[in-house]
Amino acid sequence: MIALGDHAEFILAAYAGVFVTLALVISWTVVAARRTTRRLEELGDTRRADNANP
Amino acid sequence: MATDAVQKMTFWNRLAHPGQFVQWTRPLVWPLAGLSLVLFLAGLYFAFFVSPAEKYMGDTVRIMYVHVPSAWLSQFVYATMAASALGTLIWRHPMADVSMKAAAPLGATFTAMALFTGALWGRPTWGTFWEWDGRMTSTLVLLFIYFGIIALWRAFDDQLRAARVVAVFTLVGAVNIPIIKFSVDWWSTLHQPASVFRADGPTMPPEILTPLFVMFFAFTLLFAVLQLVGMHTEVRRRRVTTLERRAARGESR
Repeated sequence: MIALGDHAEFILAAYAGVFVTLALVISWTVVAARRTTRRLEELGDTRRADNANP
Repeated sequence: MATDAVQKMTFWNRLAHPGQFVQWTRPLVWPLAGLSLVLFLAGLYFAFFVSPAEKYMGDTVRIMYVHVPSAWLSQFVYATMAASALGTLIWRHPMADVSMKAAAPLGATFTAMALFTGALWGRPTWGTFWEWDGRMTSTLVLLFIYFGIIALWRAFDDQLRAARVVAVFTLVGAVNIPIIKFSVDWWSTLHQPASVFRADGPTMPPEILTPLFVMFFAFTLLFAVLQLVGMHTEVRRRRVTTLERRAARGESR
């Protein structure tokens, strides 16, 4: 990797902040999807989950 | 002609039916996620191993590769929500409010990321993390609008009623998008004017434009994936609500 110069801490902090935030958003999306699917199963949904019509 | 009309109806019906929409778009999720990951890896490689330091900004130009896509999405997501709001108010499209609801937290996230990376870019470039100028202030206002929309969704038990209120609020808030876009032209600002999407072409050299565009598509595809999964979840969540209400009334499914 190339040297990042005098402002390396700003560059690394920006990338760390962005990718940590993206990881959190992806995790939150996946957890919400799984929790909802599990709840549908608990309620004994007789239709396929992906056919759900609210 | 008649056949065309039937085909168009079928397309819109498929798009409007929540179950059909989920079935139709589900196969897109993993390919789009894979493509987004590949583009992120390529973007990081270009950003740290290929991109040169910029003449005036030096190495801090590398912050642009995550700042510009975040800022672009902060406005694009809002434009998506405004289009969905029209779908809710004019056509009562069943998936329009599902789209609005799924997009709001993503838009808030990208806006927060744009403000964060902008502050970290501003300190070494301008000597300050924050300045109350047109671009930064209007972007902060956009973040608060997103928060307001998320709060509005949570304030209503009846999500169909919430959708109409949120749609009106979203369309009123849309006035902020052109203000963000043109703020650098209308007011004196520290923020640089448009340098990529210009009538006379980009002002940047190709070795800086390449990582920028790779990251731009990586972020945009990631948004598409998260939006689709969020919409699928919202469709199921509404099915959960329906089933819970039926169970509370002691009805059979």
